Amino acid sequence: MTKSLAQSRLAPTLMAPPSLQTEQLSLYYGSKPAFHSVSLTIPPGEITALIGPSGCGKTSFLSCLNRLVDLTPKVRRSGRVLLAEQDIQAIEVISLRRRVGMLFQKPNPFPLSILRNIEFPLREHGVRQRDEIDYIVETSLQDVGLWDEVKDRLQAPALSLSGGQQQRLCLARALALKPEVLLMDEPCSALDPLSSEVVEQLITDLQGKYTLVVVTHNLAQAKRIADQVALFWVQEGAGQLIEVGSTAQIFEAPQQALTSAYVTGVRG
Amino acid sequence: MLNSNTSSQRRNETLLLWLLRGLALISGAIILLILFFLIWEAIPLFQQVGLSRFFTDPSWHPASNEFNLTPMLAGTLLVTAASVLIATPLGILSAVFCHYYTPPAIAQLYRRLIELLAGIPSVVYGFWGLVVLVPLINRIHPPGPSLLAGTLILTLMILPTIALVSDASLASVAPEYIKGAAALGLGRWAMIRGVVLPAARSGLITGVILETGRAIGETMAVLMVCGNVVQVPHSLFDPVRTLTANIALEMAYAVDNHRAALFVSGLVLMGLIALLVAIAELLNRGQYD
Amino acid sequence: MTKFIAFPVRRPTSKAPFRSSELGAIALVWSVVLLVTGALLWLLGDIFWHGMGQVSWEFLTTEPLNAGREGGIAPILVSTGLIIGVCMAVSIPLGVGTAVLLAEFTSTESWLGRFVRLSLDALAGVPSIVFGLFGNAFFCKTLGLGFSILSGGLTLACMVLPILIRSTQEGFRAVPDDYRRSAAALGLSRTATLWELLLPAAMPGLVVGLLLGLGRAIAETAALIFTSGYVDRMPESLLDSGRALSVHIFDLAMNVSGGESHAYASALVLVTVLVLINGMVAWLAEWFRKSRILGV
Repeated sequence: MTKSLAQSRLAPTLMAPPSLQTEQLSLYYGSKPAFHSVSLTIPPGEITALIGPSGCGKTSFLSCLNRLVDLTPKVRRSGRVLLAEQDIQAIEVISLRRRVGMLFQKPNPFPLSILRNIEFPLREHGVRQRDEIDYIVETSLQDVGLWDEVKDRLQAPALSLSGGQQQRLCLARALALKPEVLLMDEPCSALDPLSSEVVEQLITDLQGKYTLVVVTHNLAQAKRIADQVALFWVQEGAGQLIEVGSTAQIFEAPQQALTSAYVTGVRG
Repeated sequence: MLNSNTSSQRRNETLLLWLLRGLALISGAIILLILFFLIWEAIPLFQQVGLSRFFTDPSWHPASNEFNLTPMLAGTLLVTAASVLIATPLGILSAVFCHYYTPPAIAQLYRRLIELLAGIPSVVYGFWGLVVLVPLINRIHPPGPSLLAGTLILTLMILPTIALVSDASLASVAPEYIKGAAALGLGRWAMIRGVVLPAARSGLITGVILETGRAIGETMAVLMVCGNVVQVPHSLFDPVRTLTANIALEMAYAVDNHRAALFVSGLVLMGLIALLVAIAELLNRGQYD
Repeated sequence: MTKFIAFPVRRPTSKAPFRSSELGAIALVWSVVLLVTGALLWLLGDIFWHGMGQVSWEFLTTEPLNAGREGGIAPILVSTGLIIGVCMAVSIPLGVGTAVLLAEFTSTESWLGRFVRLSLDALAGVPSIVFGLFGNAFFCKTLGLGFSILSGGLTLACMVLPILIRSTQEGFRAVPDDYRRSAAALGLSRTATLWELLLPAAMPGLVVGLLLGLGRAIAETAALIFTSGYVDRMPESLLDSGRALSVHIFDLAMNVSGGESHAYASALVLVTVLVLINGMVAWLAEWFRKSRILGV
């Protein structure tokens, strides 16, 4: 846990966060379309918020970015997703999911101890040395502000933590793998207002070091945290990307009538 | 609760209620009757002989007034322990196979197979063991009827229990854990051993308890393949006699003290099962903290 | 508030470290499956192979000769049928009545409910040989029925009761509460509601329980060998001793030298009957499930 340890054992790598890009991405569950022909560029190191009412494909879209859709049977996909200019279909999926981390709406720590929740994925991804693991666990928990709260009870079950703490643990777990991109599916919606604020602040702090895509229902939140906003809406029976632009532009000078209606609360 | 509006309806309903209560009481009384009669038949021997002789007599020889149950107890415990040790991983891995390593169609086929295994009566298992397995073991190491034969047959018999219970437990593991594990880039086996099995732990333990109870109580199959020699076995190939087989073999011609001694072994069996249930309770209590 | 240490970490490669354990797991799981499948096919194949030649209409309808080495199993089938008949005749009213009480008329707190539930749970754990001991002591000796079909049937009824009750209870639990509420709103008596509405609706659970109990009873041997006895002649009354099919297999296998071929045949008959019963249970359970979803 000393600087010399870090220097001697490990090769320093500080990679710049990558860009993420979809080219005419469409997804079908069987014959039902989830979303159609979405071409979206997610700039590196920035926070992109996906907004829109429920059912317009935002979560499905997010699941495509780390190929989590592969778990669902009978999905059909067309179009491409590029991570740092590379087609994600060409990247080995386990490696992809380490580089692209995900936070779910409902906090889902494993039914293991706090320590094991972080240690286990680390071991599986090849980090085996005890002192390295301890170092990463401590720093990840510090990064999400949990270290002081749990450092004396790392062996306690993760499920004994409060909802907000659980969500922060899940974030620490994802960060421990040193991802490049973070996908978040309404990360605060299942939390109480106080925890919500804490997690939101964490997300803002992540900006610049990771590329972030955050699905949110909460327009005020999107306005607070996002650099870029993309609006999804159901049209012709499938989710569509209506408009994408900087936060300022979407909220103050939207190009589409639908966007204007949505962000002013006329439609929801 | 519902109110009847005529007095005859009310009378009918009271009659029904009392009839049902009577039936339920009879059902509930059966276990008490069983315990009563076991003790009733065993008491004369207890009064004559005391408790310690069941473990300290030279051997089991009721004709010469010797009632040591230890060899049979050893037989039961060894056969049970060995078969549970083998059947549990086989059963759990079978369930893991159905859920994570094969498409649903093949999983259903395999499940049907396991259910088929579960439906075969113990006497048929014993018969097959006797005519196929025992001669095979005899070729490796005489005599054939042995602890090994009993273990193998019993393993086959209790495997469906643990497999089907594990199958249900795995099905109830929250999908969030699966998604979370996948999103972290965990491999399938890593996810299974690190997340799924711990999450399904209480169901799996229940399955193990159930299969152990089944193994302890099994009579016919072990009777037919174990050789039934009254001895504490020293190797896998030695014949053994279980408590259950002991009762089945000698009940037909046992009288007086001999008969009472068999009822004592029946009580010992019940004691073992009760111990098992107590262990299950203890394990389950540990889950709720 | 937080600072991120962009500290260097060895970038894990998704190659060797866990790849081998994943492949090893696949090999392990498949070998287990093949082992189990192989054992089952070996067993069933053996029974089928050796039993097929012997089973015929004659086999099913003639008396056993020469201690069972020759002839057929007709009286044994009759005895088995009678024993099962007695078992069902006793356990169905007892079981359904108890299940109805537990499901519809008691709260979880009443002492009767708790007592019955607890004792049924205990009963479900009793090994079959202990049922045999009990049956022998109570039915054969104390009640003076001796080795008889009646003793055997009553003993089996005790054994089968927990299965029947559990399944019937499930059947009642599956009936939606709306039925009960509308019946109450219409001023129907509990008796009428039960008889006309709830019992028919809970029938699938009842039938499944019946078949499960039936399967268990037919397969049973240890509880019968000293309650219904060994006599392989055609029984004339319920008080006669009778030999069940499972007991016949046991006798031929263990006590009669040269009895293997007929033991195989009898085993084939027994297994076939049980497979049919279990098949019906599975089919019914599926139909039960589907009809609940579709609201039939």
